[in-house]
Amino acid sequence: MHAFAELMNRLAFTSSRNAKLELMQAYFRTTPDPDRGIALAALTDGLNLRLPFRRLVAELLEPHVDPVLYKLSRDYVGDTAETVSLLWPVHNEDAPVPSLSEIHETLQSLKRADAGPVLAGWLDALDANGRWALLKLVTGGLRIGVSARLAKTAIAQAFDHDVADVEEIWHSIELPYENLFAWLDGRADRPDPGDTPVFRPVMLAHPLEDGDLARLAPAEWVTEWKWDGIRVQLAGNGRDLRLYSRTGDDISKSFPDIADAFSGFSGVADGELLVMRDGDIAPFNDLQQRLNRKTVSAAMVKDYPAHIRFYDLLFHHGDDLRALDFTARRKHLEDLLAVNEFSHASLSEVIEFKTFDELTVLRDGARDANIEGLMLKRIASPYMAGRPRGHWFKWKRDALTADCVVMYAQRGSGKRSSFYSDYTFGAWRTGEDGQDELVPVGKAYSGFTDAELKKLDKFVRDNTTDRFGPVRAVKPDLVFEVAFDAVQPSSRHKSGIAMRFPRIHRIRWDKPANEADHLDTLLTLVAQ
Amino acid sequence: MTLDPATWLYPTPKGLYCEPGDFYIDPARPVGRAVITHGHADHARPGNTAVMATRQTLDIMQVRYGERAGENLQAIDYGETISINGVDVGMAPAGHILGAAQVILDWQGYRAVVSGDYKRATDPTCTGFQVVKCDLFITEATFGLPVFVHENAATEAARLVASLDASPQRTHLLGVYGLGKCQRMICLVRAAGYDKPIYLHGALQGLCAYYTTQGVELGELRPVADEPPEALQGQLVLCPPSAIADRWSRRMNDPLTAFASGWMRVRARARQRGAEFPIIVSDHADWPELLQTITDVEAGEIWVTHGREDALLHQISSMGLKGRALALVGFEDEGE
Repeated sequence: MHAFAELMNRLAFTSSRNAKLELMQAYFRTTPDPDRGIALAALTDGLNLRLPFRRLVAELLEPHVDPVLYKLSRDYVGDTAETVSLLWPVHNEDAPVPSLSEIHETLQSLKRADAGPVLAGWLDALDANGRWALLKLVTGGLRIGVSARLAKTAIAQAFDHDVADVEEIWHSIELPYENLFAWLDGRADRPDPGDTPVFRPVMLAHPLEDGDLARLAPAEWVTEWKWDGIRVQLAGNGRDLRLYSRTGDDISKSFPDIADAFSGFSGVADGELLVMRDGDIAPFNDLQQRLNRKTVSAAMVKDYPAHIRFYDLLFHHGDDLRALDFTARRKHLEDLLAVNEFSHASLSEVIEFKTFDELTVLRDGARDANIEGLMLKRIASPYMAGRPRGHWFKWKRDALTADCVVMYAQRGSGKRSSFYSDYTFGAWRTGEDGQDELVPVGKAYSGFTDAELKKLDKFVRDNTTDRFGPVRAVKPDLVFEVAFDAVQPSSRHKSGIAMRFPRIHRIRWDKPANEADHLDTLLTLVAQ
Repeated sequence: MTLDPATWLYPTPKGLYCEPGDFYIDPARPVGRAVITHGHADHARPGNTAVMATRQTLDIMQVRYGERAGENLQAIDYGETISINGVDVGMAPAGHILGAAQVILDWQGYRAVVSGDYKRATDPTCTGFQVVKCDLFITEATFGLPVFVHENAATEAARLVASLDASPQRTHLLGVYGLGKCQRMICLVRAAGYDKPIYLHGALQGLCAYYTTQGVELGELRPVADEPPEALQGQLVLCPPSAIADRWSRRMNDPLTAFASGWMRVRARARQRGAEFPIIVSDHADWPELLQTITDVEAGEIWVTHGREDALLHQISSMGLKGRALALVGFEDEGE
């Protein structure tokens, strides 16, 4: 438990991806089974604990702490688990520190009535960091900025393997993953997933750069619309069915309607998850209502019906099609969909064209908010994991832009910790007093060079009007031309809108702030 | 019937004033006669006429202020008593930093102790806290909340040394308060077995040099000055906390930012500072030490200054003691 607590603690304060990977690699290399397997499950969100620990923890602490002091402490610390870990009155240094696997095993068979004393015994044996890690573990949600994908990358890199090789078996192996580590350590072969519907790493596209088209022969390429949903993979063996995100997270539970619609599906298919009503694709915002839900109500399924628009097939029944070219895979996909007539499914249309000029016209003319642009796929290419060069291109529509005024700047982290590198910008609107006022419309921290960052940092330091911890308010004097993919209505923001993928397109040192855009202009861009 | 101490010892806009002695303790503005508990800038300010403090506190004020330390400096040793206008003034070690003292005031059979800042944990750079039994104890409350329980300082230093070993490609940039914390952390990492040169920001060099003249061994220290980033890779560099967010730190290549402070106990505070490696070492008493001290001094009345008075006053009253918040101007707790 000590090593795990130290890892949690370090990860919680580390922002750089590489530094996080290094910390995890060191942990997985030096920690024995089965503890490292439990840790891996915790980091990939695979520990399901059933007891109401959140309530238990409060009950346990109550007799020990004066309620006034508890309240003052909780208000100051701002997090219950952390407050309890700090206020816990006992640290018995002679008590044996429980191991992670011991904790996990005990929790599996623990009864509600015994949970309090058991948890209290563990808390007594741990120091403040250990108590914090334990409480994070049992109350769920580590929130230390590590995705499942990053944890898998760490174990692969720790033992010089490719993360794709881990992904391919991930959903067929179980806690505490001893067969996985045996393979990673070189002590055994890779576990065989059999016909389990595991995730197969997806093929990704490169953005089309200026000049790329000139080097391509139109006859060697097919094109499809690029839909504005989320990339998913549907995997089934005729009995079990799973829906995966593009990073390999199992999102089946959030989409019971998909499970119903594709019962009996046998194969692995690649497609775009969309919300579809009466044959029309709903805005991305509607799809967002369905994401990251642990439980899904019937009303949710009815109001936001999920749909998959398919564009590729990796396996047809048990047959691996990935070495085939686009046309052959496409034929299998069409056959599969024709035979089964699944509801909630459609085929991504292949667009006929002779010259790239035709496509340019088509792309520029696409005003439908659900289309992000075009996909170009090389006909001869097999289906390859990762982002191989020269096979698939995404050719996005030009981004929308608006001129916004910098309002606040925040210091970055890691390499940027001495730079004010995260900017909140606003648009003008008429205030209640009839005067123009700025209202924040977005935040961005990319789209500029290092040299520009230096200049921006100087601007922030020279024009600070107020400070709030790491944030500075600045004089409304600098205009950013902000690029973004869409504008969505948002009840969480004062402006009533949220930008999708905002980034700084150009820094308009020349433009007076009062000539920046008005909020009304942004409102007209809201996706209908 | 004892005299209410508030009739002769009370806060004023210039600071805590002892009326019969006609002097101020740690005044916030220049006064005719000042008694200073320790050298931190919010306690020892320049421009007073007569200044009484321990020899080391006076030295530190001269390192920092030169001639502005005061016109007439009078040293007083721990254990010594000097009468000022009929008030007996004594000094006892506070365990806070080198030279830090509690000021003992004896007047008409009544004893008040102004502790200044203090801690009970051991510190190789200064004399340990001495319990002085008294009628009135004036305590700080920087960490006056029960969540503040500092870690064992030696263990924290060992964690830092272990990280230097584990991540030899990263410069370890440690933000420390320049007086006290800086030298204590150096001693702690030396005790944990770190014997490589330690690099210092320019603002830390003068006081480190002074500490070594007082017999505090700091090992080899080098100025960061114009060292190229490669030379600092894998090295331990100490700087004032503000320098980490400042342009100065850009000379390091992807540094690992550490802070040594009692505030690091609370994650939100540590994240706000941008600490990647929080180290919970403090020169102020933590909550258990505050309570221990309040019990040990056996005073009937406790006054609480700068910090989280609410929680400590609540605790004092539940201990059956008389407590009072003493609103003193000019003290900071952020620099710790």
